[in-house]
Amino acid sequence: MFKDIFRKKKYVTIQSAPMQKLGPSDASPKEPTTSKKELPDGLWAKCPKCGEVLFNKNLEENARVCTKCEHHFRISARGRLALLADENSFEEWDAELVSLDPLEFPGYQGKLMEAMEKSGTTEAVLTGQALLDGIPVVLVFNEADFMMGSMGSVVGEKITRAIEKAIDLRLPVVIFSTSGGARMQEGILSLYQMAKTSAALGRLAENHLLYISVLTDPTFGGVTASYASLGDIAIAEPNALIGFTGPRVIKQTMRQELPAGAQTAEFNQEHGLIDLIVGRAQMRSVLARLLRYHQEGAQYGATV
Amino acid sequence: MVQLFDFEKPIEQLVQKISELQKFSADKEIDLSQEVAVLEKKVAFLKKEIYGNLEPWQKAQIARHPERPNFYDYIPFLFEDFIELKGDRLFADDRSIAGGIALFHGIPVTVIAQVKGKGTKENIKRNFGMPHPEGYHKAIRLMDQAEKFGRPILTFIDTPGAACDLAAEERGQGEAIARCLQAMSGYSVPVISTIIGEGGSGGALALGVGNAVLMLENSFYSVIAPESCASILWKDTTKAKEAAAALKFTAQDLQRLGVADEIVREPLGGAHKDLRQTADELSQVISKYLVRLRSEKPEVLKEKRYQKLRAIGVYQENSKKTLGISEKDLTK
Repeated sequence: MFKDIFRKKKYVTIQSAPMQKLGPSDASPKEPTTSKKELPDGLWAKCPKCGEVLFNKNLEENARVCTKCEHHFRISARGRLALLADENSFEEWDAELVSLDPLEFPGYQGKLMEAMEKSGTTEAVLTGQALLDGIPVVLVFNEADFMMGSMGSVVGEKITRAIEKAIDLRLPVVIFSTSGGARMQEGILSLYQMAKTSAALGRLAENHLLYISVLTDPTFGGVTASYASLGDIAIAEPNALIGFTGPRVIKQTMRQELPAGAQTAEFNQEHGLIDLIVGRAQMRSVLARLLRYHQEGAQYGATV
Repeated sequence: MVQLFDFEKPIEQLVQKISELQKFSADKEIDLSQEVAVLEKKVAFLKKEIYGNLEPWQKAQIARHPERPNFYDYIPFLFEDFIELKGDRLFADDRSIAGGIALFHGIPVTVIAQVKGKGTKENIKRNFGMPHPEGYHKAIRLMDQAEKFGRPILTFIDTPGAACDLAAEERGQGEAIARCLQAMSGYSVPVISTIIGEGGSGGALALGVGNAVLMLENSFYSVIAPESCASILWKDTTKAKEAAAALKFTAQDLQRLGVADEIVREPLGGAHKDLRQTADELSQVISKYLVRLRSEKPEVLKEKRYQKLRAIGVYQENSKKTLGISEKDLTK
């Protein structure tokens, strides 16, 4: 009975990737802005931090960073890609991998359909190879609009394949995590994607290849407890909420109120868990510098 | 007095009736042995009927039973010797994870186990079996030693989940679990992970990267607690029973999904009904896998463990036509 609410009798046809032209403007119509409720026309967005009312167009042009207080709004995977990769350099991998419903979990098929419609993508992660300031690199982005970037079989498999391919191609890996954690609807299969991705990163490390983990808002649960925490270098976006257990659950189960500022990028850095906090505007140049240090042969006197 | 579940009460009522009859028969010197025999047959039948058809939620209750044997209960039955080693060398000794070296069927092994307490006082000491980062750091330290000295690793999982408080966040709970996963995936000694009670989410998985994953018959292993799942799905924690069924977290489900390699039998009603019998079964099954794994070369063990993880997951490779949701699935 309850299940039926989510069941749709419609097929959705998905084009093969790339589904959209790259460009930050593509991210706008489908992405929920934080202020959607107050400003439903989609023209404006209100900054949740400083309260400034911003033109959505200006916000997009500024990489979805508030022009007044530099608050970082959430951004789609492809929006992020467009900010980082050299033009036309991105080759997407495994776009055809889609989720099944192995547990026949109540409402899951409906949730998947909704997520596809909302995000315009087939799953909660985008993987592939690109040039970043001329440097070849494997890039992975979680998609927040797809079930809050949660990791089920497809996300785990796509990330693992991307890492394995990086080993074959001897390339560094940069993963941008944005995720609520393991995807409940695939049960134990989701849980073991944590082990699978961590094992693949172990192999990458054995091959002396660089892994940069960029943690963005939000990164929690099974993703914090796997690939997001295993970077040789850990970067966070300013103000991003990062943690293992969400504040609401901590409050419910432990009756413990977290202090203001807990679980922010800055809190995590203070506790020794993050190397760098890097704003979106500087991300590309910081990544390029770090990647150059680790290019093969770079240790022998190459100019950085 | 051992706590009884509602579903066990019909059995208990009959058992009580039998003892009343026996008492009556002894007092009045009337022979009621035939009546008693009939009732005893009925008890045996009921036990099979009830315990043989436990629902996922009932199994979860047995797995969480306050009298359920914990790691320390099993030690004298599983090992000829056990030396507990403590501390993570960084911060503290976490008492919700025990570790040490032991002799198992004459073979030196490293043992890592999550431990819930018995009773409130011990449970507070052991944080109800919910490890903090220092627990996982200790586990990694001891498992690294096992790798160094070529000792097989046996892990025993029994936790509602990793600790979820401010202290855990400050000390990097996520990172600690992730490091544990990565470390375990890279060892070239045999690793056998057994879920003996509750396998609660990432906190349990941290010790679950084995060449073999074994599960006690009434244990469960889940991405999320059924209560939390019910709260998310139906905004109603009392629907844990429905959530338990939806999550497919029993040993039988996990064997079907390619995660559990073998189910270890428990006595009727659960491990707490007969510790020795449970321990004997456990000992035999672990030994069987250990013998098998010790015959493999180190690099093969590592590769096979990776391939085991690699194979977990269900997805569709080609989505060109539709999205894997066929008319048939929808009408099922």
